[in-house]
Amino acid sequence: MAALQERFAVKRAELVPLGLLAAAMIAGGMLSPHFWDLRYLLDSTSLHVETGLLVIGMTFVIALGQIDLSAASNLALVSCATAKLLQMGVHPAVGICIGIGLGTMLGIVNGLLVAYANLPSFLVTLGTLALYRGIAQALMGAASVKFPESLCGIDRWYLPGGIVPVPFAVFVVLAAAFGVALAKTTFGRRVIAIGANSTASEYSAIKVNRIVLSVFALSGLMAGIAGVMMDSRLGVARYDHARGLELEVITATVLGGTSIYGGKATMTGSFLALLLMAAVHVSLGLANVKTEIQLTIIGAVLVLTLAIGGVFSGAKAGGLAGRAE
Amino acid sequence: MPNRCIVSKVWVVLSLLGMLFFAACEKRETVQNNSSGSRLSVVYIPKNTGNPYFNEIVAGFEEVCKQQGCEFSTIAPSTAEATSQIPILKEQIQRGVNIIAISPNSPDALNAVLDDARKAGIVVITVDADLAGNEAHRDASVLPTDFSKVGESQIELLGSQIGYQGEIAILSATRDAPNQNAWIAGMKDALAQPKYSKMKLVEIAYGDDEPQKSATEAEGLLTKHPNLRGIVSPTSVGLAAAAQALQIANKYPSVALTGLSTPNQMRKFVQDGVVKAFQLWSPREMGRLACSLAISIKQGKVKPGEGVEFELPEIGKRSFGKNNVVITGPLVTFDQNTINEYHF
Repeated sequence: MAALQERFAVKRAELVPLGLLAAAMIAGGMLSPHFWDLRYLLDSTSLHVETGLLVIGMTFVIALGQIDLSAASNLALVSCATAKLLQMGVHPAVGICIGIGLGTMLGIVNGLLVAYANLPSFLVTLGTLALYRGIAQALMGAASVKFPESLCGIDRWYLPGGIVPVPFAVFVVLAAAFGVALAKTTFGRRVIAIGANSTASEYSAIKVNRIVLSVFALSGLMAGIAGVMMDSRLGVARYDHARGLELEVITATVLGGTSIYGGKATMTGSFLALLLMAAVHVSLGLANVKTEIQLTIIGAVLVLTLAIGGVFSGAKAGGLAGRAE
Repeated sequence: MPNRCIVSKVWVVLSLLGMLFFAACEKRETVQNNSSGSRLSVVYIPKNTGNPYFNEIVAGFEEVCKQQGCEFSTIAPSTAEATSQIPILKEQIQRGVNIIAISPNSPDALNAVLDDARKAGIVVITVDADLAGNEAHRDASVLPTDFSKVGESQIELLGSQIGYQGEIAILSATRDAPNQNAWIAGMKDALAQPKYSKMKLVEIAYGDDEPQKSATEAEGLLTKHPNLRGIVSPTSVGLAAAAQALQIANKYPSVALTGLSTPNQMRKFVQDGVVKAFQLWSPREMGRLACSLAISIKQGKVKPGEGVEFELPEIGKRSFGKNNVVITGPLVTFDQNTINEYHF
């Protein structure tokens, strides 16, 4: 019995979003005859891939027991800066590298303040949330900048076979790679250990500051890639794109089973939670459910998921404390 | 321990049942919607939810769809954020609608998805706002009114209330609001015409679209110009503030007041007799025109092109201007007799 429970417990965090994802897919098919269309379903992931990339970074940040509220502002600033550079005639490859580098740099700024100035990440990134978006607005004003035509429409580029869109493929590959990094490497185990108990980790000769810095850099890197991707998808950059996206990112991460207190994280869970949110959006949208009701249902699904998760984890962790897995 | 297992399983089963129940409830509605077979289906996407102005446009669409036997639905994003309409557009394309009418939240972020819609054979029409600089991504646009005639129309309305003579003043919004300045220029042009030559513009005040400042400016106009016969305020904040000032100073109807606003904001002042009449375009008429035009384009009866004239059932003759823009009509005047027909 105990062995069974143990095996069940390892996967339980992922089981909840997986079960709900299946339910959402069934409900979607019942709600609208237009839902079960593989091409359409894959295409509609493109709207959520940028969120997904931020979720990858956020999973590490939250596993660490920290938060990055500035992720969406970082994305917006990268998308504005990149579009501006390309408009000025910078070579696309160079411009995109600078853009992604900028995202990473902005993440490092957060990381330095959190790790070395010893400030709470909530406050630091609350500040940079406003700061990064503010710089983007100062750079662009209310105007939008066009992205070069030839680089537009990444959501219309497909892998050979013509059915899997490139953004989804990028997301799957990155999620898999960083999922392995989180679960199977020393780095990942250290992130979880710090999240579970930072002081104990320090005494265990883990260089906590360095890990915190690299995790925030990773979050910035993801925002950088997502920013460039959004430029290509929308064809224009504006300072107010992706406003408020950070909330959706944090929601998906926590929904996936990553503990908001740190010390417990699963990339598979985050991945499934993102697909769950996308599936709920798409199925309700296709059924022409009114936006107000959509919000209510999505909110209910979130609360329900967390409640189920709470019932599951209550048995093992006995309350608030997170647990390293 | 086993208890926990059972509890959690119950949770999962309950949640699945809940979703299925919801799905079943909704499904009946969907089936009804789809039972119409070959009827044209029209969807209108406003900028955001909960805005009475867009409800009026929706009412116009509903009216025409009922008359012409089309299936109508409307769905709006919860925020007017630039990209919030993209998922909705994708969903409507997948649902296989025939006509998409949209009040766009962004002049350029929708280009790609609108192109998809048109490739799928959907007629795309913008309503109330257009895709400035990206007009090629929609079939036609229906806009509220000819804004170059707003100034003259307002002067005529005020003039008719004061016998076309006496001192008048303008209460505007901010000094550099482009639409306000264009309308004020139109008013000055009108005042140069012989018909309005006895009306004398004595001051232009700016209330910055703040209720308090607008009220102060309106009071200032009343005290500075004892012979003032009329005020025109082509901004809803200014007009409401000026009406309040007139009411408090008990200067009506000796000073006539008019301007631009919505019936909901002015209803009280019209009923109290403070404001005899004011103007705005009619969003419902705009919805009717947009819907009827889109249906005719879809049916191949109207082909958009600059200068092309056409006639629509129950609406009348119109023509395409530059960039296939169609103007709804002149400003509508709301007074004690008509204001209760409008709810925006």
